Amino acid sequence: MTELAASRDGYGNALISMSGDPKLVVLEADLGKSTKSCWFREQFPERTVSCGIGEQNMMLVAAGLASSGFKPFASTFAIFTERAFEQVRNGICRPNLPVHICGSHGGTHTGTDGSSAQSIEDLAIYRSLPNMVVMHPCDDVSTEILTKKLLEIKSPSYTRTARNKTPRIYDADDPRIQIGKGVKLRGGSDVAIIACGVMVSKSLEAAEILSESGIEATVVDMHTIKPLDEGLLHQLASECKSIVTVEDHSVIGGLGGAVAEYLSENIPTILRRVGVRDRFGESGQAEEMLELLKISTNDIINSVLEINEKV
Amino acid sequence: MVLSRLNGLDDDELVDELNEIARKCRIEIVKMVYRAQAGHPGGSLSEIDLLTALYSTQLRIKPDEPKWHDRDRFILSKGHASPGMYAILAEMGFIQHSDLESYRVLGGICQGHVDMKFTPGVDFSAGSLGMGLSFGIGCALASRFDNSERECYVMLGDGEIQEGSVWEAMMAAKHHELGNLNVILDCNKIQNDDFVESQMRMFSIPDKWLSFGWNVKEIDGHNMKEIVEGLRWLKENNSGPSVLIANTIKGKGVSYMENNPKFHGAAPNEEQYAMAMKELGEKI
Repeated sequence: MTELAASRDGYGNALISMSGDPKLVVLEADLGKSTKSCWFREQFPERTVSCGIGEQNMMLVAAGLASSGFKPFASTFAIFTERAFEQVRNGICRPNLPVHICGSHGGTHTGTDGSSAQSIEDLAIYRSLPNMVVMHPCDDVSTEILTKKLLEIKSPSYTRTARNKTPRIYDADDPRIQIGKGVKLRGGSDVAIIACGVMVSKSLEAAEILSESGIEATVVDMHTIKPLDEGLLHQLASECKSIVTVEDHSVIGGLGGAVAEYLSENIPTILRRVGVRDRFGESGQAEEMLELLKISTNDIINSVLEINEKV
Repeated sequence: MVLSRLNGLDDDELVDELNEIARKCRIEIVKMVYRAQAGHPGGSLSEIDLLTALYSTQLRIKPDEPKWHDRDRFILSKGHASPGMYAILAEMGFIQHSDLESYRVLGGICQGHVDMKFTPGVDFSAGSLGMGLSFGIGCALASRFDNSERECYVMLGDGEIQEGSVWEAMMAAKHHELGNLNVILDCNKIQNDDFVESQMRMFSIPDKWLSFGWNVKEIDGHNMKEIVEGLRWLKENNSGPSVLIANTIKGKGVSYMENNPKFHGAAPNEEQYAMAMKELGEKI
């Protein structure tokens, strides 16, 4: 049976496993229990900086630490990182300081807290910033691996994690998980479904159902939105008749936007974007939100069927 | 002293020498803004006595090794007042005097607002107000984590502290009891549109910092003796974060710029430029 886990747990586990690096510093803004940085704080309180409920200050404290050679990891809810957007833009990305931001509880999947907590634009806004790496892993294992790999890069990053448990996709230490490289989880030449985050397991589910109707789909976990794995994208567009992107995020500017930009400029391909259609969410269970916003497994299937008729 | 010629001077001689350095910097400030026909002379002229004393007598820095890890950090949070910083960086030898001609010029190292990616000796890329104190907290924490003696100085403006994130930072600096964090507040009483009093009444600025738990000292920001003593107080006071509130005059040293909101962000014309040079004792 498939194991369930939340990607935010992968972030917490990564912080612990990186603790041997004496330059690692963890910053919190009163949501450590939620983002799971609390696990690091419990063991290493002397290297955890509480910033209170003050995200703007936290981002720049992290920048100051990075400018002095430290490796700061700062987390809060995805939506509250956005409050500090200009600090991230001017104080972190412009001087290209390796500050690593984790926004947990991203997307509408976060559920009953309602639309004020459901960031559906974080990937888009951070993708627009020069120097920024943007990731949205699909499970706890890949989140842990990718977070640890951030220690190797010299630029800032934003990683979105999710609150709720979803099926674990990877085995520990899967060598395919690299920053900037999509992972092909399933093969098929009728359509390529490119997904990120919590929608990866939904896409795999959709692909299995489609297979019963004779439609074979490739499914890719495109955990890194920026830099986009253009090589893989080019290959998918060459091999498959059409492409469907799937994300728990606005169709404007996120994974779907990034893929559309690349394809239209380089290898025009029939594309459908499954994502939030320029609206806000509301309170509801995670699965109910996906239904409401038309990004459920059924919506992925319907998009594939619709696009399949056109090719 | 970073400037070796200041070693061995008595107090009066030191004050005279610092005033002379500041006068030369004022000339460069006006020249930079005049050449670019853009920039911020008012806040550069109000801060320059403070910067002169800080750089000449107090900062532990190596102009020939600007990235020296254990240098004191100086963060000009009011980053638009960059001509003042470039003038003192040139005086200290971080950059050449000829570099000042690149102020606001494409490809130049002297950007419109101070930028750590372009200018040796600049520790923070400013330009958006209200960010420097938070960055300074990061530098001060890094110093603590490194068990280093290095101090962090942050210069803020009195208009700038209207930004809400400054108050987040004031709370955080006290929460973490950062004795190595020192703020110099350039209270020149004018901001972009008009006098601070008309834009956002601040009431008692010292009381606000005191109520956040900071150590507070107020000085005349153009009296070099008070400045030197005030800076020493900042450095030696390590019982928590400290702020030196410097009462200054916007545009200080150029009569028609003094206390004139028009010269927050405007360049002098040819006639005004000649007048400024005359008043500052520079032949053109």
